[in-house]
Amino acid sequence: MSARVRLGLLLVLLAIAVALPLFVSNFRLFQFTQVATYAIALLGLNMLTGYNGQISLGHGAFYALGAYTAAIMIDKWNVPYALTLPVAGLLCLVAGFLFGIPALRLEGLYLALATFALALAVPQILKYFEDWTGGSQGIVLSKPKPPWGLAITPDQWLYFFTLAVMLVLFFLARNLLAGRTGRAIVAIRDNPTAAQAMGINTPLYKSLTFGVSAGYTGVAGALSALTIAFVAPDTFNVFLSITFLVGIVIGGLASISGAILGGFFIQFVPNWAQDISKAAPWAIYGVFLILTMYVMPFGIAGTARLLMARRLRRAGTARAG
Amino acid sequence: MEILFQQIVSGLATGGIYGSVALALVMIYQATDVVNYAQGEMAMFSTYLAWSMMNAGVPYWAAFFGTLVVSFVGGLLIERIVIRPVEGKPVLTIVIVCIGLLVIFNSVAGWIYSYIQKPFPSPFPPRPIMLGTVVFGAHDVGAIVVTLIVLAFLYAFFRYTTLGLAMRAAAQNPASSRLCGIRVGWMLAIGWGLAAMVGAVAGMMVAPIVFLDPNMMAGILIYAFASATLGGFTSPGGAVIGGLIVGVIENIVGTYVSFIGTELKLTVALAVILVVLVFKPSGLFGRPAVHRV
Amino acid sequence: MAALLEARGLHAQYGWTKVLHGLDFAVEEGGITTILGANGAGKTTTLRAVCGMVRTAGEVRFDGRDIAGRATEDIVRLGIAHVPEGRGTFVNLTVEENLRLGAYGRSSRTGIAEDFEAVYRYFPVLASRKRQVAGTLSGGEQQMLAVARALMLRPRLLLLDEPSLGLAPMVVREIFRIVRTINRERRVSVLLVEQNAAIALGLADQAYLMETGRIVQSGPAAQLRENDAIRRAYLGY
Repeated sequence: MSARVRLGLLLVLLAIAVALPLFVSNFRLFQFTQVATYAIALLGLNMLTGYNGQISLGHGAFYALGAYTAAIMIDKWNVPYALTLPVAGLLCLVAGFLFGIPALRLEGLYLALATFALALAVPQILKYFEDWTGGSQGIVLSKPKPPWGLAITPDQWLYFFTLAVMLVLFFLARNLLAGRTGRAIVAIRDNPTAAQAMGINTPLYKSLTFGVSAGYTGVAGALSALTIAFVAPDTFNVFLSITFLVGIVIGGLASISGAILGGFFIQFVPNWAQDISKAAPWAIYGVFLILTMYVMPFGIAGTARLLMARRLRRAGTARAG
Repeated sequence: MEILFQQIVSGLATGGIYGSVALALVMIYQATDVVNYAQGEMAMFSTYLAWSMMNAGVPYWAAFFGTLVVSFVGGLLIERIVIRPVEGKPVLTIVIVCIGLLVIFNSVAGWIYSYIQKPFPSPFPPRPIMLGTVVFGAHDVGAIVVTLIVLAFLYAFFRYTTLGLAMRAAAQNPASSRLCGIRVGWMLAIGWGLAAMVGAVAGMMVAPIVFLDPNMMAGILIYAFASATLGGFTSPGGAVIGGLIVGVIENIVGTYVSFIGTELKLTVALAVILVVLVFKPSGLFGRPAVHRV
Repeated sequence: MAALLEARGLHAQYGWTKVLHGLDFAVEEGGITTILGANGAGKTTTLRAVCGMVRTAGEVRFDGRDIAGRATEDIVRLGIAHVPEGRGTFVNLTVEENLRLGAYGRSSRTGIAEDFEAVYRYFPVLASRKRQVAGTLSGGEQQMLAVARALMLRPRLLLLDEPSLGLAPMVVREIFRIVRTINRERRVSVLLVEQNAAIALGLADQAYLMETGRIVQSGPAAQLRENDAIRRAYLGY
């Protein structure tokens, strides 16, 4: 796809996204806000797992950390909600970087296990530090009001706010991943020994990637706290981390657009499953998961890439004759 | 002192169950590099099938062995029908399929049998066993014996039969196995069947203790992960021993350390996982992964 | 007499990369054929194509039957034993277990017992290391184990992929001597792929010369041995 076509497509999608609030109900808009939030979290996870090959089953922990950071700052210290985002992001970046250091010794299955243990521990830790987190009851927030007297609903304002944050973060990520840093990160995934031999400081890059990945997910967590206006420990259980993993595999590993596609999947497919069967909705969801993997083992974005590559190759051989 | 012995035996009983599920996980992992996240739910579903049989009047041991057969066939069919289409695809793709299976089994069990807990019979008499002044629960001892019998059977199968040898070969080196005429795909399927069978035994041994409900195996799966991590994911024997150790630790910590109530009991499993991963990721008996450049 | 193995217009590819471009070759019943060529000529791919281990197009006939497109396990059970590049031994299993696996597809217990005896006769060093774990054997012993395992299949055709690779000359000569004996005594036809042209031409009846996926020369081994120009240009000696 040529750069111009791509740009055109992006602008069209952007126009649709901006115009969306005119056409859909507040609840639908809330769902789309969630999609954007998940997309940011999924991009974070994708950076680590898709691009850098470090499997994490524990990103729900950073999502929770971001969410609770925002909630506590607003609830206890009345911090303006916009400020909570960079703080949450930075805090999670540091936390992720620090976790990434011992994680350097672990690989594949063992890293998955360690992050899995982390994800399991989160609800319990949240309930334990009751004074800060409000224990099992959680923390209730009020939805931010639209600024500058704009005549839109809070849901609409949150939608635009989240969309803007998402666009900025995606733009930054794209620049990072398309350049030398991105190539280094991918090189580490494909052949760590060769990467090291080429002079890439593998441990530093791996820990940094962990940090940035956690930072993105933390910002997403903070956004979700604002949108849902409520945080409670049981929301951030191990299923959340698994859902994130599902999101990036279905969306497509090592793909920025895959993060958005994955966000759509994890937001809407459980609802569709419930529409199909009230009695056993998760069974339908499971069937969706399996069928998607059969048809698109490399995720939606990955499969699209393969098909395009195949078309280009055929066109190439046809020309070469 | 007597309480300590009781807790150790109790711990060995639950540990045997953890070890069995861990063994099933390691068996499939060794052959495919994939952890079957659905192992617990498959075991739970097998246990429900046994319950259905017993409810229809089938005597315990007939239902027990009937469930083993059905589980074996079920596991085999799942590998051939559900897993085969993604064989050779990236590991994460197969992981998502396993998660799909997990969710399906859990949901269908809840739908058919509801989420109300059901009692599940134990084949062992409710009379406690006395050894001197120490009292042991008959079910605890029975569970240990059953676990040992299953393990002995598996060991003999893999060590002494040609099929077992072929399965070991297929797990270690599929390409060379094909050159010996071994149908590697079917070896995998049989492996899944055996793992499902082992899981079913574990489910039927634990159900009398924790009562039968669709979420019964979730906690046990986590303990199984801890056991396999401790023993080493590349060592079937290690997984079982790991299970026994984890079972005993869980029981003793739960009894003697006051602030670990039921809530934080899971923390014991997590602590085991993290400690092992920090100091010796390949586990007590596992082989560290060697990377060819 | 129709050839035991016949390939016509054999193409093969790895993914999107075409490696073999229409090969024609044959192995006569009871004969030894060798395929020579430099690194990257496609010799190993040829053997793998015969065994169905890569994507192929074209015709491959074994004993008159078309085997192209069949699964490796099924081709092997027809009587083709492949000793792959790198030996492919089961390094965590014992010597005896490796040999047992070679006979996996067979049903006759007496036949298998006979072949165990025969194989220990050809390779006495294996007999003395029956219970040793295969990964701890030396390179030469592992090569012998690989050939022995192939023999346990009681094959009609033996595919050998670069058996001399990484072995001392004395060991190589010993292995080739045994291959000749097996060919004579048990009427096992051999398709040998080798980089070491000298020793291969000393053993074979027929020879083919490959270059980047094509056969560029063929004929009786004696002829290629005598032809100075070919020797110098392609075989480097």
